[in-house]
Amino acid sequence: MAVDRLLPTDEARALIELTREVADKELATRVDDHERGDGTYPEGLFRTLGETGLLGLPYPEEYGGGAQPYEVYLQVLEELAARWATVAVTTSVHGLACFPVATFGTEEQKQEWLPRMLAGELVGGYSLSEPHAGSDAAALRCRAEKDDDGDYRITGEKAWITHGGKADFYALFARTGEGSRGVTCFLAPGHTEGLTFGRPEEKMGLHAVPTTSATWDGGLLSADRRIGDEGQGLPIAFAALDSGRLGIAACAVGLAQAALDAAVDYANERQTFGKRIVDHQGLGFVLADMAAAVDSARATYLDAARRKDAGVPYSRQASVAKLVATDAAMKVTTDAVQVFGGAGYTRDFPVERYMREAKIMQIFEGTNQIQRLVISRHFAR
Amino acid sequence: MNIVVLIKQVPDTWSERKLSDGDKTLDRASSDAVLDEINERAVEEALKIKEAGDAEVTILTAGPDRATDAIRKALSMGADKAVHVNDEAIHGSDAIATAKVLAKAIGTVGDVDLVLAGNEATDGRSGAMAGMLGELLGWPSLTHANELTVENGTAKAKRETDEGTSDLEASLPAVVSVGEKINEPRYPSFKGIMAAKKKPVTTLGIADLGLDASEVGLAGSLVQVDSFAPRPPKSGGQKVEDEGDGGAKIAEYLVGQKLI
Ligand SMILES: Cc1cc2nc3c(=O)[nH]c(=O)nc-3n(C[C@H](O)[C@H](O)[C@H](O)COP(=O)(O)OP(=O)(O)OC[C@H]3O[C@@H](n4cnc5c(N)ncnc54)[C@H](O)[C@@H]3O)c2cc1C
Ligand SMILES: Cc1cc2nc3c(=O)[nH]c(=O)nc-3n(C[C@H](O)[C@H](O)[C@H](O)COP(=O)(O)OP(=O)(O)OC[C@H]3O[C@@H](n4cnc5c(N)ncnc54)[C@H](O)[C@@H]3O)c2cc1C
Repeated sequence: MAVDRLLPTDEARALIELTREVADKELATRVDDHERGDGTYPEGLFRTLGETGLLGLPYPEEYGGGAQPYEVYLQVLEELAARWATVAVTTSVHGLACFPVATFGTEEQKQEWLPRMLAGELVGGYSLSEPHAGSDAAALRCRAEKDDDGDYRITGEKAWITHGGKADFYALFARTGEGSRGVTCFLAPGHTEGLTFGRPEEKMGLHAVPTTSATWDGGLLSADRRIGDEGQGLPIAFAALDSGRLGIAACAVGLAQAALDAAVDYANERQTFGKRIVDHQGLGFVLADMAAAVDSARATYLDAARRKDAGVPYSRQASVAKLVATDAAMKVTTDAVQVFGGAGYTRDFPVERYMREAKIMQIFEGTNQIQRLVISRHFAR
Repeated sequence: MNIVVLIKQVPDTWSERKLSDGDKTLDRASSDAVLDEINERAVEEALKIKEAGDAEVTILTAGPDRATDAIRKALSMGADKAVHVNDEAIHGSDAIATAKVLAKAIGTVGDVDLVLAGNEATDGRSGAMAGMLGELLGWPSLTHANELTVENGTAKAKRETDEGTSDLEASLPAVVSVGEKINEPRYPSFKGIMAAKKKPVTTLGIADLGLDASEVGLAGSLVQVDSFAPRPPKSGGQKVEDEGDGGAKIAEYLVGQKLI
């Protein structure tokens, strides 16, 4: 059943309707083939999402964006995630990759890149993590050395890049100096001499998009690809992650909602002991707890989003939303498998996929331990 | 080039479709209403012509208030403006009465070069509108087009039906009805949705078309539905016990049904 959303405008209602139409036709019909297939999503999918306007929603209209508040954009992501988590996550990461240019780029940089990014002609990845620097991102080592022309030579190892090897550009973070003020943000092209990608990781879920490492062997980035000032990289990365975390929270809620819907349908059909399992109170209460988790997770991310839209600090609330929503998704998807009994453990039903997909939500864009770290730091006087 | 696309809002084929007991017309309130998919293809074809050259695309529908949703959708795909014929008196019109209304409404759009329609609506399914309109307007009518090119004042269509294909050509103005295979309609874009709000929609009653209530609706129709029955539910079918000859028995059955 479609979620009954409280949306702020008619425009937002039309947008959600459009999203459902596109997601039903383009995602729901193909997710199983591709998640079980050869590690790709359908050719041209992001172009379609771009043409319909779904890739640039939170960005300004003058660059081809949709000028939508986060409150609305995140609910679009949620609808995508309910059909196909990989596509929603990749869309969220694309938004994350656009963030540095859109927020810290010069006017020329925005004019040059944003319209094509927001139209889905250029799809982006986000390259912060390194093999030894995941949670501790500030420990990154990849170097950017300025040459005599003011261009940068990049050398080092990057890890865990969603869309690695396939994206058209990456928001890349590399060291131009020491310490937490020594990191700089770049907009790296997807294909450039001196940049190679590792074999895609064999993952538990999100099979339709590659996650790879990258090796930079002196690849050259021209000076106009530096976003912000030298040394401004980590603040840019963390600002991007604050909004990115909201994206992941929304993806997690979409996933949890899909699991709840599937479980409710099944519970209304499956009979044991002479009645439908939904009528066994012990099982009905499982569904009730699932619904409570989904609704409260949605309310939590919407609160953080509204703060962001209102221009007040929201970093703590974003971390709370990511923590609450992804833990809720893990619990709800696990319970959905339980509601299906033995059938839930098979690939005949989508709930086993939901459960696998929920796990990553607790890990990337800051593990849930790191979210607690962010939250608790707000309390240290 | 001035193109009119005829669109119809129909009950969603997934929802339960009902006729009302009273006047045996479609019970529009009982089901979700959507823009008929075949009409999305007609709109797409018009937009392709517009994008390849220069054309103004006008959407035309005869339907009740909520047909505005179907109009919005066609406008958000990229059509320029719309005419909505909305008049209680039209309720219950048969195909000929509907064609009269549409022909008059096409006349309000100015010098029209091309009228595009679906070959058959998923609800009424008379598949007659393009032919009837051609007759009323005195224009050639090319139906079941699965390919269409419009250039130098002529329309060329590949007509494709169960019987086979034929290549048709007619001078403009002409009416063309499109088939399922003509194209894949685009999605509306979010920008298109916003732009659609500002596009002009002219609402007309039958008086604006110079028609009288006696010429349309149940009163003005030659055909009236006087009783109906839902299709009987599927029966249990025929069971075949496999005694080693299952395959042969299935083949026998299929031959009996003239399927093989
Ligand atoms: C499928 C996938 C896609 C990804 N996509 C991207 C991407 O697009 N771009 C990108 O840059 N990165 C990406 N990542 C990387 C991801 O963000 C990191 O894996 C994550 O931040 C954790 O880092 P790590 O793997 O190094 O774990 P570690 O940092 O080694 O953590 C190991 C464990 O220790 C815990 N831990 C670490 N430090 C603390 C602490 N201070 N207090 C308490 N507990 C702690 C962690 O919570 C975790 O449980 C992706 C990862 C995966 C698996
Ligand atoms: C159950 C039922 C049975 C019916 N039986 C008959 C019958 O036997 N004889 C009869 O004359 N009528 C009948 N009608 C009425 C007929 O369906 C309507 O008159 C209808 O408006 C036109 O016919 P159609 O939908 O079959 O059009 P079709 O000719 O199948 O439609 C082809 C195309 O014409 C255009 N078009 C059709 N209607 C409109 C419209 N209102 N506005 C704009 N464009 C339009 C669309 O592009 C559409 O794709 C019946 C209706 C119902 C619901």
